[in-house]
Amino acid sequence: MNAPMNMKDARSGQPLAERLVVIGNGMAGCRAVEEVLARDPGRYAVTIFGAEPRVNYNRIMLSPVLAGEKAFDDIVINGPEWYSDNAITLVSGDPVVAIDRTARTVTAKSGRVEPYDRLLIATGSDPFIIPVPGHDLSGVVTFRDLDDVDKMLAAAEAGKANGGGNAVVIGGGLLGLEAAHGLALRGMQVTVVHLMPTLMERQLDEAAGYLLKTELERRGQTIVTGGDTAAILERGGHVAGVRLKDGREFPADIVVMAVGIRPATALAKAAGLEVERGIVVDDHMVTSDPAIIAVGECVQHRGTCYGLVAPLWDMCRALADAATGTPSGYEGSVTSTKLKVSGIDLFSAGDFSGDDGAEDIVMRDASRGVYKRVIVKDGKLVGAVLYGDTADGSWYFDLLKKGEDISAIREGLIFGQAFAQGGALADPNAAVAALSDDAEVCGCNGVSKGKVVGCIMGGAHSLDGVRSACKASASCGSCTGLVESLLALTLGGAVESGPRTLCKCTSFTHDDVRRNIVDKQLKAIPQVMQELHWTTPHGCASCRPALNYYLLCAWPGEYQDEQHSRFVNERMHANIQKDGTYSVVPRMWGGLTNPRELRAIADVVEKYNAPMVKVTGGQRLDIFGIRKEDLPAVWADLNDAGMVSGHAYGKSLRTVKTCVGSEWCRFGTQDSTGLGVKLERMTWGSWMPHKFKIAVSGCPRNCAEATIKDFGVVCVDSGYELHVGGNGGIKVRATDLLCKVETEQEAMDVCAAFIQLYREQAHYLERTAPWIERVGLEHVKAGLFSDPAAVATLAARFRYSQQFMQDDPWARRVAGEDAQLHQHLAEVRPMEIVA
Amino acid sequence: MIGEWLDIGPVDQIAPGNARTLPVRGGEEIAVFHTLDNRFFALVNKCPHKQGPLSQGIVHGNVVTCPLHSWNISLKTGEALGDDKGCVPTIPLKVDAGRIYLLREAVVGKKAA
Repeated sequence: MNAPMNMKDARSGQPLAERLVVIGNGMAGCRAVEEVLARDPGRYAVTIFGAEPRVNYNRIMLSPVLAGEKAFDDIVINGPEWYSDNAITLVSGDPVVAIDRTARTVTAKSGRVEPYDRLLIATGSDPFIIPVPGHDLSGVVTFRDLDDVDKMLAAAEAGKANGGGNAVVIGGGLLGLEAAHGLALRGMQVTVVHLMPTLMERQLDEAAGYLLKTELERRGQTIVTGGDTAAILERGGHVAGVRLKDGREFPADIVVMAVGIRPATALAKAAGLEVERGIVVDDHMVTSDPAIIAVGECVQHRGTCYGLVAPLWDMCRALADAATGTPSGYEGSVTSTKLKVSGIDLFSAGDFSGDDGAEDIVMRDASRGVYKRVIVKDGKLVGAVLYGDTADGSWYFDLLKKGEDISAIREGLIFGQAFAQGGALADPNAAVAALSDDAEVCGCNGVSKGKVVGCIMGGAHSLDGVRSACKASASCGSCTGLVESLLALTLGGAVESGPRTLCKCTSFTHDDVRRNIVDKQLKAIPQVMQELHWTTPHGCASCRPALNYYLLCAWPGEYQDEQHSRFVNERMHANIQKDGTYSVVPRMWGGLTNPRELRAIADVVEKYNAPMVKVTGGQRLDIFGIRKEDLPAVWADLNDAGMVSGHAYGKSLRTVKTCVGSEWCRFGTQDSTGLGVKLERMTWGSWMPHKFKIAVSGCPRNCAEATIKDFGVVCVDSGYELHVGGNGGIKVRATDLLCKVETEQEAMDVCAAFIQLYREQAHYLERTAPWIERVGLEHVKAGLFSDPAAVATLAARFRYSQQFMQDDPWARRVAGEDAQLHQHLAEVRPMEIVA
Repeated sequence: MIGEWLDIGPVDQIAPGNARTLPVRGGEEIAVFHTLDNRFFALVNKCPHKQGPLSQGIVHGNVVTCPLHSWNISLKTGEALGDDKGCVPTIPLKVDAGRIYLLREAVVGKKAA
């Protein structure tokens, strides 16, 4: 034990200096040493062990190195001279493998033993490797150090020989996207596979994640969200591709795993230090052993582990203060994130997940691709997400860290520092009042403030009035708020409210939204919210289902239905009852059934102990009291007997009620049962603004009650009377006669055309009866008959859409789709105390 | 038992915007929510209005809309929002290293008397 003392003498010439041994030659370890040296250069004799065979460099700049924007030399923080100038012994490429706390020594892989008075652990973190088959193949890399970057560059170089090469990055977080960006710039065809539905979900909300995904796709990357890796594929001992659990495969010459990091705690744990997720430290970065301190990504401070660089600086300051006898204390860090992908401006900080009492302020500027969201709670800024314009990121971050009261600037906060601190402009109405008369309010139609005010003075006392008088806010709608402010300023309280907006999240009406979806080719809910300036980040329980339907209607076969934006019944394909169980109604075409179906229903009732079976008003059987867990099994049994979903739960075609018609009835004029079955075969499965019921009566005695249905057929000797807009619900309404046709085929074509007109024009949750009362029967007739080709065109659109809809949802669930919707997470069985 | 956490599995078993259920033998079923902002909450799976299964409602922000009569319930406090009055018990939840934990005493303490 004398030898170490001699070594130290020889190196520093200061026998009284304490021996500080640092495990980790990374950013944290070296920064801590720098801070200590700055305070008291002679206090410690320092030895640093590093696993990598090189000097200290800036790890977070590896992304620009990969992208070719920087060279390794550019990112070196401390070169060899720093070590020699400060008499630091650097042991690189020889990682420490053990700590002996009793002897106060560390042992390196080479067998080298180094004694310490104080030990600093700065081992950082290890990339997490998902243990799928093939994870250890050659060509599977992480993104942690320069060796990883070299491997990626080699793959890109090799790829150049054969047209670019393919890379798959597993993980769409910060690191994964930076790796993907770098590889794409190096000429590789990149696919990003991300487990969660939105990219960077820890830093971004859905809206910003969507914009990011769109931009990366525009740049040519393939972004697969909701992709769960099943295996990494092999060819000749090297990686060849990635297969997902849903069976999709992507070719790969290199696979980058960037799914997350874990604090590197193995050494500390083996030495018996207190370790939870990270090495537990106090406010002075001291571990459970007073002689051992720790810093960086390997530590856990007040329950938190950090994976970003900013907290390092604060930690190292506190560590150095304590290590040099002037303890200050570290109190945790508020972190912010920026993505280092050139041309993409993205910033997030603090808590953006909302909270009770927290208020979202959202600003969207679709033409510039900007989304800004700040979150205010108790008069303080608590979080911010910025996409497309991050100029105010540092200002928001500053407000957030200081925790100052921002009530005084709240109104202008979202517009940024220049606006919010512009004094008088903090009141938006005052800002509008301050505009000059020739300031342009509506860019789309070139309308000035003076002109809008003139229109208002001239009698346009509502938003709609202004829109029709001078077109201001009548196109894209982004200046709606400005026009409303002008109405309020000009008229005081006398503003007339216009047609109701879709919901409180938007200033657009249902019709505006539908028109914009088609005109602007909007194809996803976050895209609609962005382009139409939604004022909430994710909408509400009113607009999400409406948008889901409008998109489904506008883009059949293309739009991806969002299950979580549907009401429970449509999500579960059954009707929820007051006790939380479900009722199940299999389809009975035209109200017809047979022994096989009836037996299957009887068997289901007995097998699942259904407490009640009821004949419905729509001529089918309703099985009550089925638990959500049992639904797939019930459906499997019903499918086996040839039955499919009756959609008794949906805003969709419900039943086609029929009478027995000419086949049996002495009064029957036509085959009403047969036509009913044909109509139901044509229309089942279609999603609509609201539920839709059809009936076919074989004669004017109307036993099928066709004149209180959404579409009713009354057969007569000379053909078919077609009726629309009936309702037997809260407000009974008899149908209007739409037309009379001679053949079954014509009746079916008009039915398809009418449904399509209703699907394309009605507001979500508007039955045909109120729709026709709102728009007028003449409007409907004009839509169908003024152009002789209209019926055929509408019917063709309906039939096109139906090819994607007529896919039994029960059968898909039986086959395992969305199984988690039917399963409990687990069951808790508290241990019972045995007396 | 204070502070003992019950591991109920990985975060990715609940898709954002969805909820899943956890029956408790001899106690109240719990609904675990994953919001579109990637936050997690747990409530007793009963609307304070007419005991509707909140797990089946539409999640928006930190609010769930009950599937039976569209009451809006705060996922954070369990309280009914707007003009409605009522409160459902919340279960302390934490997410650690990609797994969801519920406070055990809150889970088993919800036993029916």
